[in-house]
Amino acid sequence: MSTLAPPMATGDVETLVGAPMSYWRTVAWRLRRDPTTIVAGALLVLIALAAILAPVIAPHDPGAGSIRLRLAPIGTSSHLLGTDEQGRDMLTRLLWGGRMTLLTGLTPVLVGFLLGTVLGVLAGFVGGLTNTLIMRTMDVFYAFPAVLLAIAISGSLGPGLWNTLIALSVVFVPRVVRVAESATVQVKSLEFVAAARASGSGVWPIMRHHLLANVLGPVLVFSSTQVSLSIILAAGLSFLGLGVTPPAAEWGLMLNTLRGSIYVNAWVPALPGVAIFLTSMAFNLLSDGLRDAMEIRV
Amino acid sequence: MSAALLSVRALRKHFPIRSGLLLRTHGWVRAVDDVSFSVAPEETLGVVGESGCGKSTLARLLMRLLEPDAGAVTFLGEDVRAAGRARLKRLRRDMQLVFQDPHASLNPRMTIEDAVAFSLIVHGTGHREARARAWRVLERVGLDPRLYGRRYPHELSGGQRQRVNIARALVLDPKLLVLDEPVSGLDKSVQAQVLNLLQELKAERALTCIFISHDLNVIEYVSGRVLVMYLGQVVETGAVDALADAPKHPYTQALFASAPTMDPSRRLERPPITGDPPSPVNPPSGCRFRTRCAYAMPRCAEAVPPPIPLAADHHVACYLYDGGAVAFPHIGRPAPAA
Repeated sequence: MSTLAPPMATGDVETLVGAPMSYWRTVAWRLRRDPTTIVAGALLVLIALAAILAPVIAPHDPGAGSIRLRLAPIGTSSHLLGTDEQGRDMLTRLLWGGRMTLLTGLTPVLVGFLLGTVLGVLAGFVGGLTNTLIMRTMDVFYAFPAVLLAIAISGSLGPGLWNTLIALSVVFVPRVVRVAESATVQVKSLEFVAAARASGSGVWPIMRHHLLANVLGPVLVFSSTQVSLSIILAAGLSFLGLGVTPPAAEWGLMLNTLRGSIYVNAWVPALPGVAIFLTSMAFNLLSDGLRDAMEIRV
Repeated sequence: MSAALLSVRALRKHFPIRSGLLLRTHGWVRAVDDVSFSVAPEETLGVVGESGCGKSTLARLLMRLLEPDAGAVTFLGEDVRAAGRARLKRLRRDMQLVFQDPHASLNPRMTIEDAVAFSLIVHGTGHREARARAWRVLERVGLDPRLYGRRYPHELSGGQRQRVNIARALVLDPKLLVLDEPVSGLDKSVQAQVLNLLQELKAERALTCIFISHDLNVIEYVSGRVLVMYLGQVVETGAVDALADAPKHPYTQALFASAPTMDPSRRLERPPITGDPPSPVNPPSGCRFRTRCAYAMPRCAEAVPPPIPLAADHHVACYLYDGGAVAFPHIGRPAPAA
C-alpha cells in the first residue's frame, strides 16, 4: 500500500504541516512509477517525434519511386527497410504514414471527448426529456458495430482524410456520451451535490466544482482507451479504400497495396502492420496505466 | 407556538413511480403525507421512525431540496415555498443540512478547506476571508486546519468527515440545523464524540436543531421534543421524557419497547412489533399502523385519526384516546414492581 501513497509534497516530516499532493500531481507521480507506462510512453514519444520530424529525417521523398528498385528487401543499402511495390523507400513512407496515423487516431477521439462530454453531462444533469432525446439518438449510432458504422459513413461520404475523420468522430461521440452520462447521473445523486444546493449554490458552481471534477476522470480514461481503436479503424478504412487515398503514405493503405507482394518479399509488407500494432499497443498500455493511476479510492 | 422558528403545515410529497420508454406514472410513493409540526427557537426536535418512513424526505422538503406537493413551510416568518431564487438562497444561509453518509457527502476531488469555504464563496465572500472563516470553523469542530485543511476526504476517517460536514453546515452561521441521521454511519465511540460536539455547538451558537434518527438512544440523548413518524405520517409528538416514560401510541410504545436496553427489568420475552411496515406505495386505509397494531378496531380502517391532545404539548394520532384517557394494556416499558 505504501507504494500507492505519495510522500508529502514538502519534506517537512517533523510537523506534518506540509500539504499532501493535489489529485493530478498524485496521478502524475503514480504514472512515473509504473514501468509499463514509462516504456509505452517513451515509445509513443519516439513515434510522435518520428512522425513530426518526418520531413526532416526521412532519407527520401515519400512519393519518389524507382521502377528498377521495386520490393527491395530489408537491409538494402540506402533503403534500410527496403522499398515497396513502386520502389518507394519504406522507411520514409513509414515515417510519413505515422503522421496520418497519429492524426486519425487522436482527432476523432478528441472530438468524441469534447462533444461527448458536453452532451453526456447535459443529458445526465438535466435528465427527463432532454436525457431521453440525447441518449436514444446516441443509441441509434451505438447499435451498429464500430467498424460497420465507420464503413457506412465513409462509404457514403466518399474517401478522403476529412471524411475519415468525420466518420470516426461519429463512431466515438456516442461511446463517450454514454460514459459521461452514467458518470454524471451517478455523481449527481451523491449527497455532496445536494449539500452544495443546500448551501445556496447555483447550477454553474455545482457543475464546475462538483460534477465536472468527478466526471472528467472516468471520461478521460475511457477516451484514452479508444485511441488505439481509432488508429485501427482508420487503418482499416484506408485498407478498404475508403480512407486516405493514394499516393499518400498511410499504414493501412500501405498494407493494402503491398498485399499482393507478400509472396515475393514477406517482410516488407509486414512493416506497416508492425507499425500499427506497436502504436496501438503503446496507446493501450498508456491508457491502462492512466486508469490505474487515476483510481484513487473515494 | 406563536413564536415558532419553523412551522410546517400539512406538508406532502408523493413520488411518482415511472417506468417504460414514455415514463408513464404507475403509482405514487407517499413518502410524506400531511405532516405538521413546529419548532421553537433553540429547541431540538427529534424525528424518529423506521427506515423508509419519510424522515430524510422531510429533511429535504424543509430545505426545499425537493419541491413539496402541498402544504406550507414557514421559516423566520417567511413562506419557504413561495420564495424566489434569491430569497431562497438567503433563506438557505439560515438553515443548513448535515447529511447521513459521511462518504457520499463530501466531494472526493475537493480539499476539506475548499469544501467548507465553498458555501461562503457561493454567497459572495472573498476567497481569502472564506478560507480564514473555514479554518476557524474547522478548528472549532476539532480538526486542525493546518493538518487537515489541504487533505482530501478519502484521507479522513468517518468521524472526521462528519466533523467536516458539520463545519460546512456551520460556516454560514445558520439558525436552524437539520441533521439527517448524522451519527448513524459511525462507531459507537465516535458517535458519542460527535453528539457531544453537536451539543456544545448548539449551546454556543443558540442553534435550533431538527435531529433525524432511527436510534432512540440518540434521540433521547439530544432532543427536547420528539416527533414519531410512521409511513410518512406523524403518529405522536411530545416531550422526550413524557414519550420515553409513557408512550401513548401503540407504535411509539412498540418502538420504545424494542430499543435495546441494559436494564434486565426492561427485558422483553418477545418482540413488541414484528414484520416490515407496509409499502408506502399502497398504504393501508385509515390509520397506517393498523395492520401491525394489536389494538386495531374497525374504526381504524375508516379514516386517518387526527392528532388528539393529551397534554399541552403531547399529541397522539390514535382512536384509543378519542374521548379522553383510556386505559389499555401497556406494552411498553413494564411499570416498576410495587
